[in-house]
Amino acid sequence: MSAPSGDLHQEGARQMGICNSCRYCEGYCAVFPAMERRLAFERAELEYLANRCHGCNECYYACQYAPPHEFAISLPKMLGEVRAASWRSHAWPAPLARSFERGGLVAALALAFGLAAILALAAALGGGGASLLAARAGGDFYAVIPHGVMAGLFGAVGVFVLAALVAGLLSFWRASGEALAGFARAHALAGALKDALSLKYLDGNGAVGCTYPGERSSQARRWFHHLSFYGFLLCFAATVTGTVYHYGFGWVAPYGYASLPVLLGTAGGLGLIAGPAGLAWLKLRRDPATANPEQTGMDTAFLALLVLASLSGLALLAWRETAAMALLLCAHLGVVLALFLVLPCGRFVHGVYRFAALAKYALEQRRPGLDPGRE
Amino acid sequence: MTAEREAEVLVIGGGNAALCAAITAAEAGARVLLLECAPRHYRGGNSRHTRNIRCMHRAPTRVLTEAYPEDEYYEDLLKVTGGNTDEALARHVIRTSEPAIDWMSARGVRFQPSLGGTLHLSRTNAFFLGGGKALVNTYFHRAERLGVEVLYEAEAIDLALDAGRCSCVTVRQDARTFAVRARAVVVASGGFESNLAWLREAWGPAADNFLIRGTPYNMGRVLRALIDRGAQAIGDPTQCHAAAIDARAPKFDGGIVTRVDCVSLGIVVNREGVRFYDEGEDFWPQRDAIWGRLVAQQPGQIAWAIIDRKPIGRFMPPVFPGVRADSIAELAAALGLPVQAVVKTVQDYNRAVQPGHFDHAVLDGCRTRGLSPEKTHWALPIDSPPYYGYPLRPGITFTYLGVKVTPRAQVQLRDGGLAKNLYAAGEVMAGNILSKGYLAGIGMTIGTVYGRIAGEEAARHAAGARQAA
Repeated sequence: MSAPSGDLHQEGARQMGICNSCRYCEGYCAVFPAMERRLAFERAELEYLANRCHGCNECYYACQYAPPHEFAISLPKMLGEVRAASWRSHAWPAPLARSFERGGLVAALALAFGLAAILALAAALGGGGASLLAARAGGDFYAVIPHGVMAGLFGAVGVFVLAALVAGLLSFWRASGEALAGFARAHALAGALKDALSLKYLDGNGAVGCTYPGERSSQARRWFHHLSFYGFLLCFAATVTGTVYHYGFGWVAPYGYASLPVLLGTAGGLGLIAGPAGLAWLKLRRDPATANPEQTGMDTAFLALLVLASLSGLALLAWRETAAMALLLCAHLGVVLALFLVLPCGRFVHGVYRFAALAKYALEQRRPGLDPGRE
Repeated sequence: MTAEREAEVLVIGGGNAALCAAITAAEAGARVLLLECAPRHYRGGNSRHTRNIRCMHRAPTRVLTEAYPEDEYYEDLLKVTGGNTDEALARHVIRTSEPAIDWMSARGVRFQPSLGGTLHLSRTNAFFLGGGKALVNTYFHRAERLGVEVLYEAEAIDLALDAGRCSCVTVRQDARTFAVRARAVVVASGGFESNLAWLREAWGPAADNFLIRGTPYNMGRVLRALIDRGAQAIGDPTQCHAAAIDARAPKFDGGIVTRVDCVSLGIVVNREGVRFYDEGEDFWPQRDAIWGRLVAQQPGQIAWAIIDRKPIGRFMPPVFPGVRADSIAELAAALGLPVQAVVKTVQDYNRAVQPGHFDHAVLDGCRTRGLSPEKTHWALPIDSPPYYGYPLRPGITFTYLGVKVTPRAQVQLRDGGLAKNLYAAGEVMAGNILSKGYLAGIGMTIGTVYGRIAGEEAARHAAGARQAA
């Protein structure tokens, strides 16, 4: 279990106080310029800084005060813990917050498997037992699960997920001391969007990458994250295209192998296999001095669901004209549904809170800061 | 002796100068063994605590603004040393500092703009991204890729000089002692600032109250061995870089965060509650290196900086919070100082403050008149509670006693000769250039320039010996 959050934030204030007196790392990332605008580090400030931190670990390896030094500074570890605690405390609805604590690999897999089984059972009961294992010419998904059911189910889950994410975002935003209207300011949104889409802070400060998973610089994490992030966006684009095809043009799935939704989905799916698998592999090799072990279960669960969703989706594409289609479809939909359900209480939220932190940074940069003069 | 090892070039030390020497020698083709007496985590000597290097340049560069010509650099050095430097060596260091940035960049060192609050250094000093430990890590990675063998927790404790030739270095690692024989030896093992007994020898009992800001591993054993075996010593053992740091800092290795940067914005009193020096003489970074000595000369080697509310947020936040009180009398009591004396000092000071326009970013016109000593800049009355007090002790960063070298880094002997295969670089020979005072970033300049020279000379000597053999 984590330390009580009071201790965690006390420890955070202690470490940031030392960092703020040193400042050698200020060139590494935007945590430090934000730190330098402050003299005290209460919970709100710590949560803001923690969600700016990308865990590149540069500051840890460069730190003259890292353990075993008695000052025992490890910002990646401390900020990682504060970050995870902030996701827990801002999660909505409250029971979701508790699932942050439990959200491990086994729970995620059980959820995916359970949902797939329920879908398969419903499909079997709905269509008569034998039809579940019959090959269908043209790979007609909607013969297994009617379009209305599929759209309704995912629509409802989608609305819930969106509401939960927005609620968490707003709670974090208010706790950080910003007015709601600030979020809508053009320069805040533009600044945050620009930094987020370019993954600016994963750039590894120049050409060498960051010190992850170990002390030597590497670009591996950046590239795996790019594959995951843009793979996710491509899959999302495939879904949007399919929806437009369906409702806009009346073109009903399944779509041809050379069609836009399938091409986008295939490219995205490949990215979402290689990216998360690579990130998980790096995570296994990560320096324990910088890691937050409590976070490992949740991270692995999310990565595993991403890989499984992509694998099952590509398998469905490959075997959609065979007798395995119905079961593959249920498996894929079960995994995707599970993935959606854990979005607001899992690793995915880092993107949401980071976006808010980037927006706050854009606002803050236009305000006057402290002036330590010539030291 | 339980075992023997051999190397073509042996580098003693694991800081900036040692690494520059090891990398240069390895790049020249030598088989290099490097001895770092610290454990891996604390490798890098005092370079771990550094953050910039002072470099001459004739035009703006990627990392430095405007120009910093040789003569201006040399004038700056003359000012801090009171003219007591070896001009040939100093000018050599200054000139060779110009290409150093490119050399460092080519070996992976990254730079960043001047740190917050150090804009005045953006012309003269190039800042390492992440500071000195990041630089040391980069150099170790580079050295390892070049095949340099690194032994940690391996301390050179003695060396033999036979007819000017270093024939053998005695090394202790774990519980074993072994001899290393090398064709050429580079000594880059720093000064003796961590050696409390030696500091006491130089300073007397006052040294017991000193804190050591830097590495606990600079015991000066090789320096002592060199002097004992016939090397020509240079410099005064009491001369060192000594800042006034927070008295609550750890005995060793507190580093940069232990600085107290509000001295120039307030007043400083000694144990008797009396001021003793002009706190506003110059910008704090220009003066912090003299305040260690000033405090060392006060009774009990302790002093207290006192400010009121006004300067808060205008100086680098100190790592230890100030002792806080709502009146000067309460503050004095809380600090354990004679209350009446402190109250009188503050009253006298407040009465002597002249009207002026306060600006902590320039040498402003706020000063006192009629005090002894005066405060000549940034003198504002101390009258707005809460009041804060910070205890100060001398914090030794590094010492200047070293061995005399030639411009090619060869160690000079007391008998007038030159050591044949023995070179020195970094803090162990910085005293040739810095007799006293300090110029921010010049330690890294000397280490980088002389590390490279020593590495080059050692590799050349080793290659000559290899061909002869």
